[in-house]
Amino acid sequence: MPNLEHSAYSAADLLHLESLVPCRESQVSTLLSIFGERQQFSFPSIFIYGHTSSGKTYVMQTLLTTLQLPHVFVNCVEYFTSRLLLEEILIQLQRCSSDTEQTSPVHCDTLNDFVRLFKQAVVTRELQDQTLYIVLDRAEQLREMEANILPAFLRLQELTDRNVTVVLLSEIVWELFRPNIGCFEPFTMYFPDYSIGHLQKILSQNHPPEYSADFYAAYINILLGVFYMVCRDLKELRHLAALNFAKYCEPVVRGEANERDTRKLWKNIEPHLKKAMQTVYLREISSSQWERLQHDGGEPGQLKGLSAHTHVELPYYSKFLLIAAYLASYNPVRTDKRFFLKHHGKIRKTNFMKKHEKTSNHLLGPKPFPLDRLLAILYSIVDNRVAPTANIFSQITSLVTLQLLSMVGQNDQLDGPRYKCTVSLDFIRAVAR
Amino acid sequence: AYDFRITGNDAEDAELRFVTCQSLWSQIKAQTEQIQEDLNKQLLDNLLSFLSRSHSEFQEKTTEWTCRMKFREIPTAALVLGVNVTDHDLTFRGLSDVLQDNITPYIALLEAKDCPAIKNLMQKLMGQLMNCDIDVDLLEDEDGVQVSQSRVRCSMSSLVSWYESVTKKTDSETPSKKRNSSSRRWQSPPVVVIFKDMESFTTKVLQDFIVISSQHIHELPLVLIFGIATSPMIIHRLLPHSVSSLLCIELFQSLSCKEHLSTIIDKLLLTSQFPFKLGEKVLQVLINIFLYHDFSVQNFIKGFQLCIVEHFYSQPLSVLCCQPVDIKKRVCALSHHQCENIRRLPSFRRYVEKQESGKQIELLTNDSFLKEETEKLLDDLHVYHENYISILRCLHVFTSSLPKYPLGKQIRELHCACLENRVWETEEYESSLQLARMLNKTDLVTMLQQCVEILMSSSGKQFDKTVEKLKEFLTQFQSLEAEASQERDASVSSQKELQKKTDLYHLQKTLLELKESRKSKKLTKFEMLRFEVVDYIDSLVRKYLLPADDRPLHEIVYFNAAAVLRGHLNAAPRTALHTALNNPHWYLKNQALKCDGGSISNKAPDICIVYKLHLECGRLINLVDWLEAFSTVVMAAEEPNADAASSDQVDDIIHARFIRAVSELELLGFIKPSKQKTDHVARLTWGGC
Repeated sequence: MPNLEHSAYSAADLLHLESLVPCRESQVSTLLSIFGERQQFSFPSIFIYGHTSSGKTYVMQTLLTTLQLPHVFVNCVEYFTSRLLLEEILIQLQRCSSDTEQTSPVHCDTLNDFVRLFKQAVVTRELQDQTLYIVLDRAEQLREMEANILPAFLRLQELTDRNVTVVLLSEIVWELFRPNIGCFEPFTMYFPDYSIGHLQKILSQNHPPEYSADFYAAYINILLGVFYMVCRDLKELRHLAALNFAKYCEPVVRGEANERDTRKLWKNIEPHLKKAMQTVYLREISSSQWERLQHDGGEPGQLKGLSAHTHVELPYYSKFLLIAAYLASYNPVRTDKRFFLKHHGKIRKTNFMKKHEKTSNHLLGPKPFPLDRLLAILYSIVDNRVAPTANIFSQITSLVTLQLLSMVGQNDQLDGPRYKCTVSLDFIRAVAR
Repeated sequence: AYDFRITGNDAEDAELRFVTCQSLWSQIKAQTEQIQEDLNKQLLDNLLSFLSRSHSEFQEKTTEWTCRMKFREIPTAALVLGVNVTDHDLTFRGLSDVLQDNITPYIALLEAKDCPAIKNLMQKLMGQLMNCDIDVDLLEDEDGVQVSQSRVRCSMSSLVSWYESVTKKTDSETPSKKRNSSSRRWQSPPVVVIFKDMESFTTKVLQDFIVISSQHIHELPLVLIFGIATSPMIIHRLLPHSVSSLLCIELFQSLSCKEHLSTIIDKLLLTSQFPFKLGEKVLQVLINIFLYHDFSVQNFIKGFQLCIVEHFYSQPLSVLCCQPVDIKKRVCALSHHQCENIRRLPSFRRYVEKQESGKQIELLTNDSFLKEETEKLLDDLHVYHENYISILRCLHVFTSSLPKYPLGKQIRELHCACLENRVWETEEYESSLQLARMLNKTDLVTMLQQCVEILMSSSGKQFDKTVEKLKEFLTQFQSLEAEASQERDASVSSQKELQKKTDLYHLQKTLLELKESRKSKKLTKFEMLRFEVVDYIDSLVRKYLLPADDRPLHEIVYFNAAAVLRGHLNAAPRTALHTALNNPHWYLKNQALKCDGGSISNKAPDICIVYKLHLECGRLINLVDWLEAFSTVVMAAEEPNADAASSDQVDDIIHARFIRAVSELELLGFIKPSKQKTDHVARLTWGGC
């Protein structure tokens, strides 16, 4: 195991850090060697990428706080405009520099202002001989801000002429960031996914105080056996582990099995976990409902999940409008005459069958159709006469707001609105019944 | 002078009518609101308990292992409200009121149209939350000013700091300053964010908001409520798993709108509490709009209100449509003109014709006699209603349990059938009686018991006898118990005999015998009794469920102008436009415009001529041809100097008129300029292909 070694930091700090970031020792040591000593200038910008919950944010945060490096940590999703983002950085900067709580409101609209204010902020600090780290989490959002934001952050050290390093954290690769006009290339670093062994190790680390580590590790082993196929998200797995642990302990609590009786425990928990995979994991039922179920000892079957409630009750004409829209979306125009012109109840039915046999149209997805075609089909599929009342038209609009239809091409709403049917065949079957 | 007096009188009645209408409507409104409150109670209670439970961990700040390990999800209520979007407003208003009273003052209601981007959403959210704070603490001016600084940074962190300051403030104030609201029950009440129309929000806005707020869930106890119109599947459609895993979603379902309507009809229409009644056609129009178009209970009630207003406005005698206690006074106060109005009522005339000649003359000439008679008739009408409703409910008990529901499953269908004409003359009634004669005993007994309950609870005394009779039936059924079981044994044995014989010839023979015997067989006692019961019910129906149209003076309390209502509520703009352009006489009432058949009159407005000409064209219309045709039609009248002007060149004035008419048509959306061919316009309505 590569022990973290660095001359600048005390061995105790490093040891503590190492215990906090299991399975990420090599990345941390690389980072440390890039960072260098406190007063040394580091690489201007570092780009760290890796899958969801591969520990990017956590490692960065732990590293900076444990070693007490001056830093600013900002989530780019939360500060969704460049102004908010820049102001937030300045505010945090003020906060960590001044001990007195005088945070004057900052106004910073452009990057130019930012550089100026940043210089001021750093000059007033006593820590100017240390490297300052600005960490931008979810950095992919930067691409949606003004074009100059990302390149400027990459060479902030040069622009401000201060000892600063910008760290970008993202889930996507650097190639998708690179602007057309080119920019300063950051040092890129990849955080690989945790392997099953890593997951086991990390999850087992936090065992509940009442039970032994081995007992919990055995539980995690079973949990991973069930969930590893579908979910490698550490956060999610930890959540699931906490949710289902009470059930796992049940035989032990009741005294039917002891902690080492792995097989018995496995028999008890395995079906339970499988059920959890189909319900809680998919958020079909919420975790609190799941816990209550466990507590009451009821069967999960009693609680219907979200997708059990697929049926939508619609007014009579809305149903027909939706069916007509579906037919218009998936039938080519040329077949309309054949299907709808001579209409006797029986023939129409066989035509419905024919339509569904052709799956090619379903693979292609819905096609847009004009309003008039929708109404024409509606008139031919409804048995009695339909008056084109205002209510019918408003029903079409409300189907659009319910996202059952969607409007195509917003520009000519007045003289020829076109729609698409967005519901699936199963849905339309349920409606047509 | 005479005319003046009449109009004066009419005006007086009009005022009284207006007052009556107002008071009636306010009563009905209060009643509907009460009903809605009761219906929503269950849902709101569930939601309240969910909300109060949702952040209990936050309150207790537990340090238990599981709580530490578990990921903090945002508690979310998915509120499935059905497709009747117009009703949702009321539900949300009730919800936010209840929340305000019981859980938290911090509620934000967000609508999709206000939140096209996350920025707008945050602005809206902060505006609503921080304003509410200012409203609550009106006294502390300096704080309010501080909060309402013009440039509040619109980010979650400022919201968090705001929340901290607010809760800290209330903490420090402590019990010494007495606050009545129970919302301060907790130190940190949750912040409730309601998304009224989940479907219309864009995915990105929702995702971003959820991601941001999940970062701050430890500092800000947020609860989300999604208003869903279709199905909860929409959550999975809008949010990817990475986002929906941040939520702890529980499902709440509101009452279905059909049940809601049934309750409304039951409590508003099938009661003698209100003097005003809906005629069959009108009720049908309202129900059809509900079932066919919008599922909106609010719209149904609005339609009902329109009926009331229209009735009191158009029917001068509606002044008598009041509570029975006031009738005597009002009848006495009727003017001569109003008496004449009574005499003109078709139902009253029919009534008069049935009377003997002496009474006829009295009724037609003597005002005071007429008034007495009117009072009596109105009393009768009221009694008729009371009886009608009770018997209708009894009949419904029977018909709603028959297979295939020949008279409808809902009581409203039965009500419509009874209002329309004599229900016992219809085929459906016949078949349902047939079916009722085949009911088994347990069903029949329970139904009779229900009928007895209904009749007992009804206010009228006249059902004492009926109740007795029904009770008698019940006791007879009980005494039959023993015999019935014996009967069954016998029939089973004969069945067994039948099964023993396998020979085809014998089988046929026995079957024939059995058929014979069944024909001639004397009815069992149970069957006799069953017939008796059904006949008795039938007699009740014939006696009490007469259609209201047969009653004299029914016009006073029944609103029957279905056509008016349909015109108001279910307008047909396309048809109206077509009529206006195709047959201008219909609206303009100008004799010169009266045209016969398909010919085009040149006196019609230009736009009508252009419209009619364009009806004859295909999808693309050649403008030159159109102009030619237009000028021919217009010139047809000015025959004398025709050859002078129109020989080769179209008159400039006509040209201008044509251009104007065509642009008017374009404005109305019948045509649009086409890029396919020069000098052509495209038709946007049918008929082209």
